[in-house]
Amino acid sequence: MPFIEFLFKPKNELEKGGRQSVQVASADENEPSKPCPNCRKMVPLSQLWANHNTCECGYHFRMNARQRINFICDADTFSEWDAGVTSRDILDFPGYMTKLENTRNACGESEAVVCGRAKIDGEDCCIFVMEPYFMMGSMGTVVGEKITRTFERAIELGLPVVGYTVSGGARMQEGILSLMQMAKTSGAVKRHSEAGLFYLTVITDPTTGGVTASFAMDGDVILAEPGALIGFAGPRVIEQTTRRKLPAGFQKAEFVLEHGFVDAIVPRSTQKATIAQLLKMHAGGERVG
Amino acid sequence: MAKNTVSKAYDRVRLARQNGRPTGVDYIENIITGFIELHGDRNYADDEAIVGGIGYLDGRPVTVIAIEKGRNSKERVAHNFGAPHPEGYRKALRLMKQAEKFGRPVICLVDTSGAYCGIGAEERGQGQAIAQCIMEMMALKTPSVSILIGEGGSGGALALAVADRVWMLENAVYSAISPEGCASILWKDASKADEAAESLKLTATDALALGVIEEIIPEQELGKESFYEKLRVKLSREFRELGAMDANELVRQRFERFRNLGVPDMGGKK
Repeated sequence: MPFIEFLFKPKNELEKGGRQSVQVASADENEPSKPCPNCRKMVPLSQLWANHNTCECGYHFRMNARQRINFICDADTFSEWDAGVTSRDILDFPGYMTKLENTRNACGESEAVVCGRAKIDGEDCCIFVMEPYFMMGSMGTVVGEKITRTFERAIELGLPVVGYTVSGGARMQEGILSLMQMAKTSGAVKRHSEAGLFYLTVITDPTTGGVTASFAMDGDVILAEPGALIGFAGPRVIEQTTRRKLPAGFQKAEFVLEHGFVDAIVPRSTQKATIAQLLKMHAGGERVG
Repeated sequence: MAKNTVSKAYDRVRLARQNGRPTGVDYIENIITGFIELHGDRNYADDEAIVGGIGYLDGRPVTVIAIEKGRNSKERVAHNFGAPHPEGYRKALRLMKQAEKFGRPVICLVDTSGAYCGIGAEERGQGQAIAQCIMEMMALKTPSVSILIGEGGSGGALALAVADRVWMLENAVYSAISPEGCASILWKDASKADEAAESLKLTATDALALGVIEEIIPEQELGKESFYEKLRVKLSREFRELGAMDANELVRQRFERFRNLGVPDMGGKK
């Protein structure tokens, strides 16, 4: 299918402000562009959008949840579940309400995950996509509940689940209840698995903490995007704790693949085709049985 | 309960971390008889931060898995201050699956500031090891009780606390992040840890109110013979009740227990 969606201006990435989004004239033309942290070249924005937010050097820029859904799902097949559900300040945590409100306004999403049902190259599936621009995809009770419901609905519908993860971990403003979401989601994944259904995770940059230590690592097949940071503890914490310099490429997808914890690294250029093929390969068992 | 003697959350954090507080091995020695320690994850190594094995609880074989901080400096180093590597969680999971096979109940004693954060731990899949522990514990077809006896630090503690019953000692704490970590991330100031501890609602009373645990174990007699005696009787009684339940029903109820934690208002529709 044509990736026409990429012609639309990605809302969050570019309106974010800060160093990366400073528009510098590129060498050849006066086109808006942004620097690639990998090859340091200025990448024209039009080129970025046309290549699913990747630089020609292979660097994968961050993508918001809607962009991903548009990118991976067949046109007009995504129907969202539990849209607009927002978190409450259950623990009366200082500053949380303001933070939530500001984040909702800046990001345009109501929470850090978007869930629903869609077709990927004609294959019916349930999908959840985490949102990096909503408090760094941190998992609170709403994220835990929405993902759990996605698996529960997938069980009812007899469908596979495709999950895109990006997260800084448990949301500390929801304290111990956010930690409990790791158990809750894992329980739902287990039930889905016991129903003989397929679960595919795509780990994107960065996925750490409680999400790595629960549903991100629970997939039947685990894919990762090139260069994605994947770990339990964050690199800064490890450096502080061990007082050792971290080896080059530490916790990057390539490193994690080498150590045997992901199945394959799949760039965006072939991601949809790979996911579709895996879904097709797992569709038989359910239907024949 | 000595409720008024400790009022601030951060005081509880200090108490939970205090040297001289009974560690996992103390509980095993005082509650379990004929304990045989079983080592190794059958993949890579034996992680001494987790002590596991089989023993008798009131004459009945049980599997006990304890995160051990160590009782003196030498022990603390040997047990890596109770910060497990992936091998510790894989050993724990191996022992739990073994318990399931032979129908033994599982007791987990949790006391950790968190899973170890280090290069080797990451290389060997700390996140994956914890994730697997959580998922398999959720579906374990044998009764389990987890007791948070000191620090319940984040995913490294939860990995051994997805049980049918979760109890907490009066001065134990249970949190998604340490108060110091929380303060330095949110306020860029680790010295505001006491404020963070208050906000995180990490005490046993909070956990009980939020439905995260079933019971608080009083500490007046902590470490005394009578303390262990009461706990032993309590565990025995709990396992008699849980053991009477059909295994599938047990798993279903365990799932529901965690399923219902922190359910936000979803706008009335399922």
